[in-house]
Amino acid sequence: MITTNHPGAENGLSREKLLLMYKHMVTIRLFEEQVNDLYTRALMPGLAHLYSGEEAVAVGICEALHRDDYITSTHRGHGHCLAKGAAPDRMFAELLGKEAGYCRGKGGSMHIADPASGNLGANAIVGGSAGIATGAAFSAKALDTKQVSVCFFGDGALGQGLLYEVMNMARLWDLPVIYVCENNLYGEYTHFSETTAGEILARPAAFGIPGASVDGQDVRSVYAAASQLVEDARAGKGPSFLLCQTYRNRGHHVGDVNREYYRAKQEELHWLNERDPIKLHGDWLMATNRADKTLLENIYSKAKAEIDAAVDFATKSPYPGLQQVEEDIYA
Amino acid sequence: MPDVATRELSLGEAVREALAEEMRRDPRVCLIGEDVAEAGTPFKVLSGLVEEFGKSRIIDTPISEAGFTGIAVGAAMTGLRPVVDIMFGDFVTLTMDQMVNQAAKVHYMSGGAWKVPMVMRATLGASRRSAAQHSQSLHAWFSHIPGLKVALPSTPYDAKGLMKTAIRDENPVIFFEDKMMFKFKGPVPVEEYTIPFGVADIKRQGDDITIVATSSMVQVALGAANMLQEIGISAEVIDPRTTWPLDEKTLIESAQKTSRAIVVDEGYERYGVTAEIASVIATGAFYDLDAPVKRIGAMHVPVPFSPQLEDATIPSEQMVFEAARVMCKRS
Repeated sequence: MITTNHPGAENGLSREKLLLMYKHMVTIRLFEEQVNDLYTRALMPGLAHLYSGEEAVAVGICEALHRDDYITSTHRGHGHCLAKGAAPDRMFAELLGKEAGYCRGKGGSMHIADPASGNLGANAIVGGSAGIATGAAFSAKALDTKQVSVCFFGDGALGQGLLYEVMNMARLWDLPVIYVCENNLYGEYTHFSETTAGEILARPAAFGIPGASVDGQDVRSVYAAASQLVEDARAGKGPSFLLCQTYRNRGHHVGDVNREYYRAKQEELHWLNERDPIKLHGDWLMATNRADKTLLENIYSKAKAEIDAAVDFATKSPYPGLQQVEEDIYA
Repeated sequence: MPDVATRELSLGEAVREALAEEMRRDPRVCLIGEDVAEAGTPFKVLSGLVEEFGKSRIIDTPISEAGFTGIAVGAAMTGLRPVVDIMFGDFVTLTMDQMVNQAAKVHYMSGGAWKVPMVMRATLGASRRSAAQHSQSLHAWFSHIPGLKVALPSTPYDAKGLMKTAIRDENPVIFFEDKMMFKFKGPVPVEEYTIPFGVADIKRQGDDITIVATSSMVQVALGAANMLQEIGISAEVIDPRTTWPLDEKTLIESAQKTSRAIVVDEGYERYGVTAEIASVIATGAFYDLDAPVKRIGAMHVPVPFSPQLEDATIPSEQMVFEAARVMCKRS
């Protein structure tokens, strides 16, 4: 396995960019905390799969992309959508089933899509978007637009055959697609080692797709690895595979509270206390004198105010009219 | 020299001409599937296209139906207009998640933000002695799914006009061609034309009984109508041409006029296209009907290999004739 650590991954990164990545991670965390709150107070219908703990992956990858580059996301997709440029107010509106939401209330938590930020859509079929992401790369190459496509998926999607079918074609046709595997250790309630034979990176290797593993809790390392892969994809070098080692702070979904039957409290505490991506980046910013405590607290307060305003916007927004149930079935 | 105004093409040639014309008209149209390029598919329907359009637009794939269908969905969302080739209609089973959960739902789930202008070409029809996995007619599956459109031409004229409409449609369209009809000839004008979806065609005018038939069953119905004429029964034969959208008005009006209706379709009879159309007629023409609507579909068995057995499973002229004779109370 190739393991890419990026000591000095901050090289070439401006202080502004480093602080921006911090802000984005904080925004995602606060967004998810609000989702948890709304859900547990029965104000949000449906399902909620929280991204807390994995923020460095979405932010590190999306900061390496242009706005018109494509992503596909997953059922645990709020972080990807926000990192790619979605606005929290319209996100919350969608989560609450409101007309002002990104999907006019028809998609909900698992289907946020936004052409303006290149988001082809979150997908509630595990691994289901691998074809769409690869197809977007197919278009980018056919139309010579120099766009890059990123397919986010979890370790659970490694069990889906579609992924390997499209990886095969992506290599055959040298498509500009980056397969980003977020290994948060658990597919629903099962440790990935119980469902995943062999080495994960042996899979892209079998297709001749370059693969690398990165510390998914280190936003600078993720960004550095992604930047290189994006550059390669844009230069016509074809697909790549980035394995991000990360952790799901919370349960599979908001209701997954008693988790001891599949993972130990000890393990959770280790990741929460020692490996939290926001804390790690914040500490590093302070240790390298790029920020002090006050600055980070200001960033937090501003993000909090933005999230609170977004929730307020969504709560006050109207539901779609009943006539809309039959709209948008056909273009 | 044949008169160009009344020239005849085979159904396969008509499909090829539609594809070629649309590819000339619109550089975004591409064709993707197994052995579509030099081989021109096992049915040779696509022969010659790669010579004109090249391998960047006529794309041979690995044997990965789900994968290349998924790629087509993503490509359609991002600026291309792919036509996917599924060699035998039975193989659509492998694409169901991509068609049903992705292509059909992207527009709706995204609140109209994304659209999927793609066509899936597939074959249907038994009696080729190809046994249970190469003989099915599975168009009912797709007709069941909101967000998809389903066309199934019965003549070369309809094949060309419907295919051009399918390619220009902004939605995913499944286009079923009967593999036993590729050599079936009929008049096709040289001039440009398209056929709108959701407009049934009255293939033969009649007064005593309505026979609604799809795809190759239209020829079966017309054969039965000739036999019925011999015994003084005037049958009207109607081809809906698209099972969705469905021209309910024309079907109901014909049944109101004749007061009897038979529905013939090569899909499995149970829970199939015949059931839906019979229900439409039974509801819409209830007070004008002299008899319950009769359904004739494929037997509820896997398609057997042995020719004797296979022929017994699909509707025949004799079956339709007998059913109509009994309904019209003639001996």
